[in-house]
Amino acid sequence: MSRIGACFDELGRKEQGALVVFTVAGHPTPALSSELLVAIAEAGADIIELGIPFSDPLADGPAIQAASQRALAEHMTPARVLELAAGFRAARDVPLVLMTCYNPVYQFGLEEFAEASAGAGVDGVIVTDLPPEEADDWAGIARKRGIDTIFLLSPNSPAARVKKVVDLAGGFVYCVSRLGVTGARPELPTDLAQLVARIRGETTKPIAVGFGVSRPEHVAEVCRVADGAVVGSAVVSLIDRQAGSAGPAEAVGAFVRELKAATRSERVTKPDPL
Amino acid sequence: MPAEMASRSQGPSILEGSHFGRFGGIFVPETIMPPLLEVAEAYGSARRDPEFGKRLEALLRDYVGRPTPLYFCGRLTEHCGGAKIYLKREDLCHTGSHKLNNAVGQALLAQRMGRTKLMAETGAGQHGVAAATVAALFDMECDIYMGEEDVRRQALNVYRMRLLDAQVIEVTSGSRTLKDAINEAFRVWMATAETTYYLFGTAAGPHPYPTMVRDFQSVVGREARQQILEQEGRLPDCLVACVGGGSNAIGLFHPFLEDDVRMMGVEAAGRGLRTGEHAASLTAGSEGVLHGARTKILQTAEGQIRTTHSVAAGLDYPGVGPEHALLQNTGRAEYVGATDEEALDAFEMLNRLEGIMPALESAHAVAHAMRVAAESHQEAVVLVNLSGRGDKDVGEVQRVLAERTP
Ligand SMILES: Cc1ncc(COP(=O)(O)O)c(C=O)c1O
Repeated sequence: MSRIGACFDELGRKEQGALVVFTVAGHPTPALSSELLVAIAEAGADIIELGIPFSDPLADGPAIQAASQRALAEHMTPARVLELAAGFRAARDVPLVLMTCYNPVYQFGLEEFAEASAGAGVDGVIVTDLPPEEADDWAGIARKRGIDTIFLLSPNSPAARVKKVVDLAGGFVYCVSRLGVTGARPELPTDLAQLVARIRGETTKPIAVGFGVSRPEHVAEVCRVADGAVVGSAVVSLIDRQAGSAGPAEAVGAFVRELKAATRSERVTKPDPL
Repeated sequence: MPAEMASRSQGPSILEGSHFGRFGGIFVPETIMPPLLEVAEAYGSARRDPEFGKRLEALLRDYVGRPTPLYFCGRLTEHCGGAKIYLKREDLCHTGSHKLNNAVGQALLAQRMGRTKLMAETGAGQHGVAAATVAALFDMECDIYMGEEDVRRQALNVYRMRLLDAQVIEVTSGSRTLKDAINEAFRVWMATAETTYYLFGTAAGPHPYPTMVRDFQSVVGREARQQILEQEGRLPDCLVACVGGGSNAIGLFHPFLEDDVRMMGVEAAGRGLRTGEHAASLTAGSEGVLHGARTKILQTAEGQIRTTHSVAAGLDYPGVGPEHALLQNTGRAEYVGATDEEALDAFEMLNRLEGIMPALESAHAVAHAMRVAAESHQEAVVLVNLSGRGDKDVGEVQRVLAERTP
């Protein structure tokens, strides 16, 4: 079983949700970014999503767009992201997922990217603009290398698409909480439980909810209905605010600890598949 | 239809025409998939509905002013000293460019889908004006996304859109041109697709836009084919059109695909292909995925999108419609560049010799047509798509010409 699968299994036994933390590789600088990854793992993140910066991300809001621009200005490339990943893997055992738009992967070469990712100890890949309709080439190559391809579902995905996506999904199903781009929001959508239930009806694979999840309360709320919560923009913005300080890792670590604590609050256990 | 399509699992009607050989497709975040598939489905049903066809035809005739003339440029032909040059006068369409052909078609579709609001991206502002115009006609709200740099250089069109009661939203991310306007429009559409129809302006982007926009623009080629047969008694030797996203070019080319007619697309070579400051995705780019399609794009070795330059805002785009990438690959069409300077020269020349002021985009096509004509014998016929008129560019031309070193 993949590191991601094992992680969800173990958290399930402990009746905890998974805390998935997203950062942009190379943000605010490559050196700090590498330090932050370890701090985030240390503070209790169960899975880390590392974003490969892209010049024109369609699904990202202002915070992640700006962080990506900053990382690109620091000359972050997919090859350097893979080095960062390998460095992290040498130090920590936490599951690592790369999140990217398709073009950087396409230019790297699908085979080459899968091989390099596996070599760097990467467990899963999310390609945000690669829906199942276009994913055959990549998903097949990734599978051969033991890399989970994680697909997204959205509140507007009709039933037939939900079925199709969960059948293909590796690692976990990434449930987008609301229509729109990434970005911290004051509140979670009110129909989140129904959305997760709709997906749950089609699969026993773990479900993590992201987009707009930005506070410990959100994480607690998400973990009552889903198997994990993804926090991205809120962490990225905190890194921005702390970038000039002496020890951004400390502040980020403290925030991640708070987020992780929220996954341990009371949760409704996953209904038995049969 | 490519063989790979047949094996795709979604019904043939929705993904029909989604790929052009290895190009095209639907590379978008999940949240945009359902609305795109809904548009694809609605378009599939509209195109089989004779009533839709009749309404479109009536609007093209009575509102857009079609057919547009095919005009023989006697003085320009004489000046070049070779092939006869004909202009397909899309500049005489209502609102001043070919963009309205597509806008009318998609607005009818939006209405059919029960949408009450339109949104669009624009570079030169011609598509923005076209979208704002059909929004007025169909009594819909309209938001136009436009890069800050384009808002500056196409001020006249910005004011026209506001007069048409559209909201112009300045986009300040990235290079602040068409590419960024498209990014922003898709980002907003993710959250608003239930009420808002995204009226995409060129034959690029994800399925179904390349197919749908090509179909709506093919009226240009159908008319031109018939007109040249009437006027010359034969088909032209060569078609020439400028290529930004590729809609006016594919609209002209498509009805001639089966004919023995040379086709040339003219991209913006900006300050010269060797300077790197251009927007020539086909002539100087490489295969990649941008804005939902696999096509030719301008990018770094690591797959980051390059910033582009052209004096013509409507050509200032690092991608191109996927069908052009296929036509280039198969050799059915040829793609070349014209520089800012060459376009400006052609702009002046067409004014002086024919009393016609082309859009700077269209001036790229004229520039290349003049070269082709000069190299051809006098019986040859070159047919140029004059995609738009140049009123919008007067201020920018004045500024650029003043800066020209004497
Ligand atoms: C007059 C005119 N011609 C051409 C273009 C380029 O677009 P396309 O390549 O889709 O025809 C534009 C775009 O704004 C335009 O305004």
